[in-house]
Amino acid sequence: MSAKLPPGLALQKVDERIMTLNVGPQHPGSGHMRIIVQIDGDFIVACDPDPGYVHRGEEKMAEYRNYILNIPHLERPVIHDSCNVLYPYVLGVEELLGIEVPERAKYIRVIASELNRCIYIMYWLAIYGIFLGHSTMFMWPAGDRELLIDLMEKMSGARVTHAHFVPGGVRNDLPPNFEDVCLRQVNYFEKRIKEYAAVFYDNPILIARTEKTGILSRQDAIRLGTTGSVLRASGVDYDLRKKEPYDVYDELDFQTPVLKEGDSYARSKIPWLDMMESCRIIRNALAKMPKSGSVRVKLKPNPKGGDDSVYKRVESGRGSLGCYIVSDKKPEPYRLKLSVGSFRNLIALPYLLKGEKLGNMPSVYWSLNYWPVEADR
Amino acid sequence: MSEEKKESIESESQEKPTPKPTPTKKPTLEKVNLPEFEKGLADKIVEKFGEKTKVAFVKPDRVRINVSKENVHDVAEFIRDELNFDHAESVSGVDYPQDKEIEVVYHIGSYTDSSLARQILVLATRAPREENPIPGNDATRLPSLRDIFYSVEFHEREVFEMLGVYFEGHPDNRRLLLPEDWADLPPLRKDFAIKGR
Repeated sequence: MSAKLPPGLALQKVDERIMTLNVGPQHPGSGHMRIIVQIDGDFIVACDPDPGYVHRGEEKMAEYRNYILNIPHLERPVIHDSCNVLYPYVLGVEELLGIEVPERAKYIRVIASELNRCIYIMYWLAIYGIFLGHSTMFMWPAGDRELLIDLMEKMSGARVTHAHFVPGGVRNDLPPNFEDVCLRQVNYFEKRIKEYAAVFYDNPILIARTEKTGILSRQDAIRLGTTGSVLRASGVDYDLRKKEPYDVYDELDFQTPVLKEGDSYARSKIPWLDMMESCRIIRNALAKMPKSGSVRVKLKPNPKGGDDSVYKRVESGRGSLGCYIVSDKKPEPYRLKLSVGSFRNLIALPYLLKGEKLGNMPSVYWSLNYWPVEADR
Repeated sequence: MSEEKKESIESESQEKPTPKPTPTKKPTLEKVNLPEFEKGLADKIVEKFGEKTKVAFVKPDRVRINVSKENVHDVAEFIRDELNFDHAESVSGVDYPQDKEIEVVYHIGSYTDSSLARQILVLATRAPREENPIPGNDATRLPSLRDIFYSVEFHEREVFEMLGVYFEGHPDNRRLLLPEDWADLPPLRKDFAIKGR
């Protein structure tokens, strides 16, 4: 009988000792995602992630809209990191159309994308805190995040989903006095996140729960093709801001944190260290930015690409984010594919959870820096 | 008054951009001198496989190789073992109904070799496309590269459900994002139309 069923509906054998447990998709700990785990007592024997509950067909939608109309819906996968999600698309369209972006716009983009990275990581950190039952760690990042959201609101006019990047530059120039306000807020923000060490990262309870759980070795991190904080927590120094600098990242002074342990603790620490570097990048970019000049190249009304394809990638809050655009001389892309960090890191989940205790599942899962909406697109 | 103004602005904006399409011509000038390193990569593959592969383009940091589906497995193995590429970043399917083919594009990168950190090798292959696909039972089949690049596992599952390409040798050909009982066409095929469009 099982031969007649389509592959997705094949019957499974069950064991007496093994219990199958559905976590999600309404579980507060899994987000919009189901994880099917099979447990033997307290230990996970197998795990089958089942994403797709928030699949919205972004790629199909993009084939029906022209290059400008695609901007607002393409940033929806991660509304907290909307500038970074849009970044590879904008870079790709610029290459297709052969546009050179003004220098000041490049700096504004870098500042906006670093602010967005911090906003995303703070949200992620808040949820990580509540996952582990640490309520303070939910309140603090959720509050401190507002500092940067205010800055983005000043810059683009919207708290989230800014739609600020357009092919050819950014939508608007910075408001007057932005540099001073930004510097003040970012300095205060950096002082605040350093205090997280005492309450969270040096907390013996957190260390006991996350250290030496879900260890991903260096070889496996490479073999599974993981990216971003997961990869750098396993000792591979690969960050596209350094390795394939886009816009003005090659002129800025910063480092990319790397840890060797590869456990949940290291994976949760890398984004926090990243935020300190982001503050450094923002300060550096503010100092080097040209004080005046154009921020946007005017495009033709309905721009068309050639008979070509481009693949551009940037380092988002969750790792490398690639955008593959196929153009066929029409105003709409023929095919648009987003290769997102969350989707690439998901493959590590069944691998890491095998043999782990069920109680460690939330911390391992969220330490993968996984954003369900982005993975489903 | 406002309508007149609008019209005048529109007519201006339509007239203005026509005389300056010059920026699009820039890249063609640069293509004359191909980047050295990328050309070396492409040459190594052509040297080994000769007629079986076709270099589609060589751009800065990007090399694209088109391969027939019989040879894609061998070429991928060569890329991993001899050229030090170690993971696939993305697998995308592109539907070409007019050619009656579906293209699958692998974007392959390297973490271990620092000289390849900027490079993405684009490996493309094509499968025949059937009008009424029965996922798993039609002729739209390609060899899976999962045994060479472990990281393609979920990506190939996505291409399978979204375009109806069955990957032979893939250990887990199940749906990933779509519901298990999806009974329509694979949604990223061009003949699957969005309502109202």
